[in-house]
Amino acid sequence: MEAYIRGIGIVSAQKTFNTHDFLSEPIEYNTNSMHCIEPVYTEFLNPVLARRMGRIIKMGIAASSVCLKDAGVEMPDAIITGTAFGCHEDTEKFLLSILDNDEQFLTPTSFMQSTHNTVSSQIALQLKCMNYNFTYVHKGFSFESALLDGLMTLAETDAQNVLVGGHDEITDKHFAISKRVGCWKEESIPSMDIINSKTNGSVSGEGAAFFVLSNEESEKNYAKLIGVNMIFEPENEKEVETKIIALLKEKNLSPSDIDCVMYGISGDVRFDPIYYNLMNSLFQESTSVYFKHLSGEYQTSGSFALWEAAMILKTQTVPGSILIGKNKKERIKNVLIYNTYMNTYHTVSLLSQC
Amino acid sequence: MNQKIYITGIGIISAIGDNVEETLDSVRKQKSGIGKLDNIVTRYKNEIPVGEVKHTNQELIQLLGFSAETKITRTSLLGIVAAKEAMQSAGIKNPKEFRTGLISANSVGGMAITENYYKDYLNPEKKGDFIEYIKKHDCGDSTEAIANYLGIKDHISTISTACSSSANSIMLGARLIKNNIVDRVIVGGTDSLSKFTINGFMTLMILDKEQCKPFDAGRKGLNLGEGAGFIVLESENAAAGKEIFCELTGYGNANDAYHQTASSPTGEGAYLAMEKAFKQSGLEPGDIDYINAHGTGTEINDLSEGNAIQRLFKNKVPEISSTKGFTGHTLGACGGIEAVLSVLAIKYNMVYPSLNCVHPMSELNFIPTKELKTDKRINHVLSNSFGFGGNSSALIFSRHK
Repeated sequence: MEAYIRGIGIVSAQKTFNTHDFLSEPIEYNTNSMHCIEPVYTEFLNPVLARRMGRIIKMGIAASSVCLKDAGVEMPDAIITGTAFGCHEDTEKFLLSILDNDEQFLTPTSFMQSTHNTVSSQIALQLKCMNYNFTYVHKGFSFESALLDGLMTLAETDAQNVLVGGHDEITDKHFAISKRVGCWKEESIPSMDIINSKTNGSVSGEGAAFFVLSNEESEKNYAKLIGVNMIFEPENEKEVETKIIALLKEKNLSPSDIDCVMYGISGDVRFDPIYYNLMNSLFQESTSVYFKHLSGEYQTSGSFALWEAAMILKTQTVPGSILIGKNKKERIKNVLIYNTYMNTYHTVSLLSQC
Repeated sequence: MNQKIYITGIGIISAIGDNVEETLDSVRKQKSGIGKLDNIVTRYKNEIPVGEVKHTNQELIQLLGFSAETKITRTSLLGIVAAKEAMQSAGIKNPKEFRTGLISANSVGGMAITENYYKDYLNPEKKGDFIEYIKKHDCGDSTEAIANYLGIKDHISTISTACSSSANSIMLGARLIKNNIVDRVIVGGTDSLSKFTINGFMTLMILDKEQCKPFDAGRKGLNLGEGAGFIVLESENAAAGKEIFCELTGYGNANDAYHQTASSPTGEGAYLAMEKAFKQSGLEPGDIDYINAHGTGTEINDLSEGNAIQRLFKNKVPEISSTKGFTGHTLGACGGIEAVLSVLAIKYNMVYPSLNCVHPMSELNFIPTKELKTDKRINHVLSNSFGFGGNSSALIFSRHK
């Protein structure tokens, strides 16, 4: 199963929206919680509608709309999203109004928008797209589950262009709550120091990134997605290595064919060692890059990584802000993304130059 | 891609029973599980009937042999009960023998616990082991609790497409087998009642204050329910030598693209989902012996679904009923629960009655089955599930030849 990445639309903590610029001016934060640079929504949404919508719904609609335009696709043959938490803001709003008003005087809007499939269904509603529509909600596998579905859909049906996205938002309340179970750093940290951090927790992030996966060749294509793998609670690092090698072998590749590896280094000292171990074993020869210092950590951050990998392959450049050590390759043909969320969900995505 | 998908195991817990046996007993006696709400503190306790599983969390914890202090959500507990039964009924003793997956589904994850502690979560002064529940709020948590209990880890995922969630998990499972990603997969869904959901449906004003009456002219809304339903799907290779309940021959997924929470009057999404399921199965509407309808009992759903069925089946609508009068609308679990009922319909040649349908809707040309029927051979069953966001899914179960 393979597919071309035909179009991209991405709202993130970086200047990624509606542009083909590749991190020429990376934004450096000094924080423990990054937020998206939000688009002006009036271009994508009727203002009356936009006022009622939660932030993540708007980000999702804007990102998907730019993505389809970028791909030159009006009507996708499927809409598939992944989100760990869905629509936090609306869920919190409805929950708090229940608790604060003793279950009285409630209005339905935030409840109606609280379901996890709101973004994928609102995109369908905007486009009047009656095709296959799916939402995955499995923590650190949410986005990769959607990607895998996109590949399967192209392989098993006559679908030609599939819209696949990952989205999650952070709210102040969710930040505070998840900080209590050790997700985030206590201290603010400059983005470029995240990689050297020696403390527990990561810097929270959020984003909405959409991709058109297509089975048609075109000059527009960014890259070719050739494999996605998810490893749940591996027994040890060896299991991760074995599974990466197995995926590569399936594609007739070996670790030395991987020109660039993108690591999900989050600055959480508990979970980062595995990346360095891989860097110093299987992928010593490869150029190493990372992404969470620019996007923040969230369970669908793999979607930001996919954008970064696709841009490397398309532009054949590796911006200094994402490089670990030196760029060892003149030409980047194959990129492997290896990401883990809290050492429980390990994902491997493989991309090639078109 | 023409590979067959065999169903080798089923498991269920809902307001009408803790397992397949009790469920069969209830449907045979035409005994509804809808009644007074016991396990949730809400001001609507005496106002709305629900399809509740009559065990407290502590009782379920005990039933499953966990220690009393275990921090686990009701969604997980219900899911484990049903998935465990499904796995046992499929005779799977060693999950490592084949590549085995688990796909589950739900609508609100651990909300039934979050809503009790949310204010405490937000108050840093409040300390205690309740904060462990924070990690159990999201939809993926119950899937992992089930996977860990059963020892499954080759492929796990969770789907949330509102009330079509677990029908989609069944569809995904079949596709994972066909794409050679797993050899067998436990698929379905679980959902527990919560104050959040009850209040949400209250604001939408679609809860019946009495027993729901799907496809009745005087229907006033749905009754919420809870539970879990799982089935085991296996490839021909993995199922070799096993007793096979039936096959999953068709599945279809479409979007109504009409309104965030209401279905289109003509049921476009429902029509397309069923049409796709037929195309997939190679069957014709005339082959279907029984339709297990989504049939929630709301004014809009039953009209929309009824119109779509009428358009597809013309004037030859087969036996049709909604089983939500037995179980209530179990939201993210209903596709799984109704899949188990569809499998049982084939196994025992049974058509369930559509409870409380006294005056059939005048807009529709069919009359739902009113009494339990056991005198007809049931070879093919169509099961529908539709949800908020226009998500529409249809599954076809067929007798194994």
